[in-house]
Order: sequence, then C-alpha cells, then structure tokens
Amino acid sequence: MTKEEEITLRKTACKVRIGVLTATHGAKAGHLGGSLSAADVFTYLYFRELNIDPSRPKKVGRDRFVLSKGHTAPGLYAALAYRGFFPVDDLPTLRHIDSYLQGHPNMDTVPGVDMSTGSLGQGVSCACGMALGLKKQGSAARVYTLLGDGELQEGQVWEALMFAAHYRLDNLCVLIDHNGLQIDGPNEKVMGLGSIPDKLRAFGLNVFQIDGHDFQAMEKAFDAVRQVKGKPSAIVLETTKGKGVSYMEGQVGWHGKAPNDEEYARGMAELSAQLAELEAV
Amino acid sequence: MADVKKVATRQSYGEALKELGAAHPDVVVLDADLANATKTEIFKKAFPDRHFDCGIAESDMMCVAAGLATTGYVPFASSFAMFAAGRAFEQVRNSIGYPHLNVKIGATHGGISVGEDGASHQCCEDFALMRSIPGMVVMSPADDVEAKAMVKASYEHQGPVYMRFSRYGAPVIHDAESFTFEIGKGEVLRDGADVALIANGLLVAETLEAAQLLAEQGVSARVIDMATIKPLDEELVLKAARECGRIVTCEEHSTIGGLGEAVCAVIAQHGLACPVERVGVNDEFGHSGPAGELLEQFGLCAGHIVKVAHSLFS
Repeated sequence: MTKEEEITLRKTACKVRIGVLTATHGAKAGHLGGSLSAADVFTYLYFRELNIDPSRPKKVGRDRFVLSKGHTAPGLYAALAYRGFFPVDDLPTLRHIDSYLQGHPNMDTVPGVDMSTGSLGQGVSCACGMALGLKKQGSAARVYTLLGDGELQEGQVWEALMFAAHYRLDNLCVLIDHNGLQIDGPNEKVMGLGSIPDKLRAFGLNVFQIDGHDFQAMEKAFDAVRQVKGKPSAIVLETTKGKGVSYMEGQVGWHGKAPNDEEYARGMAELSAQLAELEAV
Repeated sequence: MADVKKVATRQSYGEALKELGAAHPDVVVLDADLANATKTEIFKKAFPDRHFDCGIAESDMMCVAAGLATTGYVPFASSFAMFAAGRAFEQVRNSIGYPHLNVKIGATHGGISVGEDGASHQCCEDFALMRSIPGMVVMSPADDVEAKAMVKASYEHQGPVYMRFSRYGAPVIHDAESFTFEIGKGEVLRDGADVALIANGLLVAETLEAAQLLAEQGVSARVIDMATIKPLDEELVLKAARECGRIVTCEEHSTIGGLGEAVCAVIAQHGLACPVERVGVNDEFGHSGPAGELLEQFGLCAGHIVKVAHSLFS
C-alpha cells in the first residue's frame, strides 16, 4: 500500500465516522462506540478488500461480509453508503419508522447487506454456511465476518469456530473487534475472555493480531489470510471504542447512546478537522 | 388397525431426502449427531458429500443452514423436534425466519411417542413455537405416503418450512399411487355430518378408528387430515364447522398453541357457533414409557377421541 493509498483510506474512514455520527444523531439512538472502533476495518473491507459491485449487490461470485455484531449497523451502513450501495443522504433515516435502514442489518431491505444479523453469535455461524456453500461450488469468493469481543461470550461462536475448522473453511476470515468494552463494562470485569488469540488458535484457526486502526497492518494480515490453506483464519483487531471522537474514546457509556445536538456538533467538528488535515497532506 | 403396515415417518423423511437428492443437486442435508435417529443417514449413504454433520450444536446448524441457503443450496436441517424447534428457536426465528431464507427443517421425534427417553425429549411445543414465526410453514404428516409427498412439496416451496416427523410407527392410510399433496390443504378422509375430527400426525389414524367406533354408535363423524397447521386450510375448517356443527381437534402436541387453537381462532374470527374440544397434551410434561402406552395414557387414542366427541352432544 502506498502512502497515498493509505491517506485515501484514512480519509474514507473519516467520512465513514462522519456517517456514523450523522446516522445515530438522525436516529437519536444506535451503537456509536463499536461502529467507530470498527470504522477502519469497515473501510478496509469495502474500499480495498472485498470483491463487490455496488451496482450489483447480489452479484454471483462476490465476496460476502456478515456483520455478526449487528448492533454496529451504523458503521456498516456508512461504509456501504460511501461505497455507493445507497445514498449517503439516507443515513439519518436510520431506525426511523418505514426506513429501509433497520436498527440491525436486514439483508432484505439494505442493498449490500449479505445477512440479517443482530442476535449475537449467529452471524458467524451463517458465515460458516456461506463459506461452506461457496467452497462446495468451487467459487473463489471469500467470506468475512466481524464479531465484537463481548460477542465471544456467546457459546454459539465456539460451535461455529469448531465447524469452520472441522470443514477446513480457508475461505472464511473471522474478524474480532477487540475494543475491550461491552455494555456493562470492561470484558474482563463482565465475563473474562482471557487470551482471545490463544482461544482462537486452540479452536484451530490461523490467528493474526494487529492494530485495528492501522491500514498497513491490515493489508499485511488480509494478504496473509488469503494465502492460508486448509484452515480458517482470524484477525484480532486491537481497537479503541469510540475511535475518532475524543470524548467517546474508551468510554463504555458511548456503547449504545446517540449524541445530542451539542455532542453531535463537537464530534462533527473534530472529524471534519481530521478530514481537512488529511486533505492537506 | 393391527394388520395395517406401519412406518415411522422419520424413516419416510430419510427415504424422501434420498429421492430428492437424486433429482436435485442443490439439496444438502445437515444433522447434529443424530443421523442414525433422524434417518438422514439414508441420504448420507447415497450422497456423502452433501451431508454435513454439525456435531451436537443445533444452534450453529440452523445458522449454517441459513448461510448455505444464501448461496443457492436448499438445506434440510435435521434434529429432534425438541432441539430443532426448542433449543434453536431463536436461531430459526432470527437467521431463517426473519430473512425468509429457503431452509427446510426436518424435525423428528415429535410428541410424547418418543417414549422411553421421557419428558426432556418429548417435544409438545414445536407447533406453537414454529407457528409464531412469520412466514414459516408448519406441517406434520399422518403416514409414510404423506410424509414423502410433504418433503417433496417443501422443496418446491420457496421459503422456510418446519416439518415434524415421528419416531413411532404410523399406520399407512394413504394410497401411494393416487395420493397428491398440497401445502395448506387439508384432506377429508371420511365424510360425516354430526361432528368433524380434525387431526394431524399419528392422531389421524386414531381419528379414523374413532370415526368407525362413532359410526357404530350412530354418530356420523367427518375425519380431516390437517397436515398443514400453518397456513391453515381455513375454508375446510369453516365448512366443517358449518356442516357438522361440532369439532374435535386431535394432535400429539400441547393443547396450547397447536392445531387446536389454530382451529378455534378461525371459528371465533368468523363468529360461528361451533363448539370445539381439543384432544392433545393438557399443559403437562410427558414421562418415560412405551409409546403406545403413553399415547393411551395421555388420551391420544381412538377411545378417548370417541369420549370427547360424545361430550359435545350432551
């Protein structure tokens, strides 16, 4: 990745974060913290990694993405909108009555959403089914799924990972947004996860652990994942909840809260300044 | 009916899957370490590369089925009714029902006729659970012939389908040559004018026997095989209510939330003055025992149906 490409991705990520703020402010609800911690990986996936076509969201042979941590739909929607799947102007209709932008991803209403999710632990299993189906069809398409760290407390996640390893789903890449915080507090206080990479390795996955806000590191990991044969891969993304908006960073209170007008204005000012700075590079 | 051939509909399920697999390369079968009991092993032997054991992980299995469906396969996800509809309810609701994916659920070992395994495995709540999911088709066949036709019909149907099969042998009452099956259509097996017996699953054969006993006592009973619980054949229910004036529903399921309540709702909605008695499991758990004895004990038998039918005349 050239420096220029990296700057472009960082600018896009900034826009995705602006989209997240706009959507949740418009909705007066929604999950900000985890949308912002995952904004960089959403950006990398939709603007660098995935083989997709916004004009043909259901294109055969496309790569798939399943947002297993479905509550961070604002982040996914913002990435999809800026990628051209639907108008960016629609983002503020998030969660409004009769809007197609449901509170959690709905594959039947939102162009580009490959699976309806929201109930934690299920998306990763669905991604396994997709990976198995595509593999059986001899497709070169790959399947990516993003989980929250708290989501790892759902037993079904481990059922799915066993399945992925058992059926050697090397076309599956499991992404973990490890921001360390969940609704009731830090993971380790709510229900200790121990070493996530160790657990994933024990379940037969090929594991990478990287800075989830570093596009160069992402490129290395995603490129390496594509070379792995015979087993599924996982990338543990070390992230900061609320990343990009100073007063939200590392604050568990911003897990599922919308900004009021004043907070929105401050956040937008910060993100706009970051964007302007990147434009000036 | 001692001389009638009996086949457990789980066996019919396995055999029908094999036939379906031969005709349609997009059929895949999932199981959760019960292939031997659900009879999906019949399919597995014929098409080992299209049968996926998910291990003892029904929740995962349902979502894997959902994912497979998005790639164009038609998955038949199989387990005992207790685990398919019970344990994995929320997975079925959110990952199959909500996106209306083309997944077929083949649930065997429904009802108390599971027998010796006892209450933990005797699912009498699956119709209620599955009926409550928007867009879900819910069915339970009376015999081998109907079960096989139902499996084929489920493949032709676009969208999620729940089918409940039995462990216990069911008398074969349909003629394989002439039988046709349509989702959402009940079948009048015997005409009658005084009372209508509306049943599904193992209870269909019992109602036929009950109708015979009632006839000997001067009561003309209509017998309806209501294999599809949802969408319910409302027209046939209303016709029975208008023409017979009395209804007894019979199912190997809780009297709460199953065929009985579905029939009652239709009659109430249309304001018909037609008393309905529900034969089923009366808000209690089952227990261990031989299936035949359990069915007798819980009143899921011809003798009890006759008694209940008579009560509507007093």
